[in-house]
Amino acid sequence: MKKSFKLENLDCANCAAKMEAAINKLDEVEECSISFMTQRMNIVADDIDAVIPKAQECISKVEPDCKIIVR
Amino acid sequence: MLKNLSKQQKDIFKIAAAAVIFVIAMVLHHLPDIAPAPAVILLFLAAYIIVGYGPVSKAVVNISHGKVFDENFLMTVATIGALVLRQWDEAVAVMLFYAIGEAFEHYAVNKSRGSISDLMDICPDFANRITEDGEETVDPYDIMPGDIIIVRPGERIPLDGVITEGAGSLDSSALTGESIPIDVAEGMAVSSGCIDLNGVLKIRVTSEFDDSTVARILDLVENSGSKKARVEKFITKFARYYTPAVVFSALALAVIPPLILHGGWSDWIYRALLFLIISCPCALVISVPLAFFGGVGAASRIGVLVKGSDYLEAMADVDTIVFDKTGTLTTGIFKVAGITPALAEDGSSLMTEDQLLGLAAHIEMYSNHPIARSIKEAYANDLSDSNVSDVTEISGKGMRAVIEGSVYYAGNAGLMHDLGIDDYPQDEAATLVHIACAGSADSLSGAEAEPEHALYLGHIAISDAIKPNAQKAISLMKQSGIDRTVMLTGDREIIADKVASELGIDEHISGLLPEGKVEAFEQIITGSDGKVAFVGDGINDAPTLARADIGLAMGGMGQQAAIEAADIVIMDDDPSKIPVIKRISKRTIGIAKQNVVFALAVKFAVLILGAIGLANMWLAVFADVGVSVICILNSMRMIVSSRKEAERI
Repeated sequence: MKKSFKLENLDCANCAAKMEAAINKLDEVEECSISFMTQRMNIVADDIDAVIPKAQECISKVEPDCKIIVR
Repeated sequence: MLKNLSKQQKDIFKIAAAAVIFVIAMVLHHLPDIAPAPAVILLFLAAYIIVGYGPVSKAVVNISHGKVFDENFLMTVATIGALVLRQWDEAVAVMLFYAIGEAFEHYAVNKSRGSISDLMDICPDFANRITEDGEETVDPYDIMPGDIIIVRPGERIPLDGVITEGAGSLDSSALTGESIPIDVAEGMAVSSGCIDLNGVLKIRVTSEFDDSTVARILDLVENSGSKKARVEKFITKFARYYTPAVVFSALALAVIPPLILHGGWSDWIYRALLFLIISCPCALVISVPLAFFGGVGAASRIGVLVKGSDYLEAMADVDTIVFDKTGTLTTGIFKVAGITPALAEDGSSLMTEDQLLGLAAHIEMYSNHPIARSIKEAYANDLSDSNVSDVTEISGKGMRAVIEGSVYYAGNAGLMHDLGIDDYPQDEAATLVHIACAGSADSLSGAEAEPEHALYLGHIAISDAIKPNAQKAISLMKQSGIDRTVMLTGDREIIADKVASELGIDEHISGLLPEGKVEAFEQIITGSDGKVAFVGDGINDAPTLARADIGLAMGGMGQQAAIEAADIVIMDDDPSKIPVIKRISKRTIGIAKQNVVFALAVKFAVLILGAIGLANMWLAVFADVGVSVICILNSMRMIVSSRKEAERI
């Protein structure tokens, strides 16, 4: 399944790249891409809801203020 | 007071305050007679704290997460190192310019985002639904297909539908880039996202919000960032190795030479600090995606949706374009192209063109076939009071009808053959509808009886008009570096040949069945060195669109399946947008490459100069922040030029 999320307070392009690399290393994640320009994260995983907290953890390590917006 | 300001305004305020203090300190620093040295140092430290507090505190937080190669950390180490080496002015300058660079980056990125947020504005906020007791304003998500909504002048159509009442004109520029309003009336389908310019429209909704044109476009745009171009991927990968490599070289530079040379510690540490300042790949990491973002934005401004920056990148390498004919190069709308009454034995026409057309319109009056509709449209007169009876359809061949006591036929060559007529034109580059008369209905016993011999009355040629911009589009494509153009069609060879030669298309393959298109395309793609694009619209084009290196779909008339399979969607079906996209693609890649080459060249040059002791922190800051700003400005050209591009069409 593929889902797209908005990211809040994503402030630097290099950080986006770092987050993307960290999330892609998670075993549960098939593919993840973060676009700094559109401030969005696209994630492909079997159980996306279960992956989101882990992805948020990876993001917080790089940029503590940055949050995944879950609708 | 500072509380009411946004984060960016606060940053600018801090930068300004620090800059003023810095300038005063610099002046006093160079005029040592005026102020005592410790006072000047205090001024420098004050400026450093104002502008450096943010990065330093971030660095401390990140260190606790084990992030050593964080740019805040690198800047902190470099500047604190400079302070320890008593290079007060340089330490403040590095921090100050770093802050300026960051602020500028934010500004540039927000500005670029704003430039495509116009596109995001197409999203409607509300819909007015008509209910039994009047009207209610609801979220577009709550509207179901079949609901009737009302749209007033100035409002945006919230959902796709068909007009049930009212007429007016619509501004579709947000969707198609086309600024000329389109006139709509009762019975016509309208797309969400268009603005109603005048007239109150009642619309029967045909799709849920999630399936509406607006939702589909927003989805495409928001996901366009997920397909990254090769250059972008290269930069991300490069950044991962570049920073650690430079930092470790810095470490080596600080330790190894002084050990070997027995001394000179402060000099070598200073050189190492220069390395730390240059070690951030920011210039590349920001400016390359920014260029692609600008390119995708430029495309969307002219009504072309690019689903990812990798497709924009690939478009630059396309040298072969394969087209579907109907709906892509031609309008897909059949029109009467010629009326030819048969000749009598004395060489005069049996009837006038109008008479023949009228006859055909009457025979076909109950048929809903596109060809029948085109004939009726061309005739344009009222058919309701005419004396037509016993209308029967002859499946796959045509129609039979009794008009004022005589039996008439309208249909294809097969029908004429059945009627015993063999003297009719066959080799014309259009679809022909032949008309024949079999004499009085009374002389034929019953409607089913087939006549022995019928009189040929003439034929009507129906063809699909070539799009007005198609010829210009093909010649512009050839100028923009497309070496080979091919047209695939299910139509007859003679029609294909006419269209291809009229448009200047190099090759064409005709008589293809839907499966045959993919096969023919497969052969073209394997025989080609460069990338091959396919442009199509119909539902049977989806497999070919998916097979192509780049699939372009005509979005206005195109089928949903084709739009989904495509990589680039041309919203207003205009083929002349294709060369423009290629131009945008080339320019985007050009800018991205300029940035890569420029940033790397400057950074490596300053690294070398730094290592041999010919650079100072001013130069290092230029290699970091200065290069970032220049690259970002270069990328922003793409956004500026997109406006010009939009105006040129």
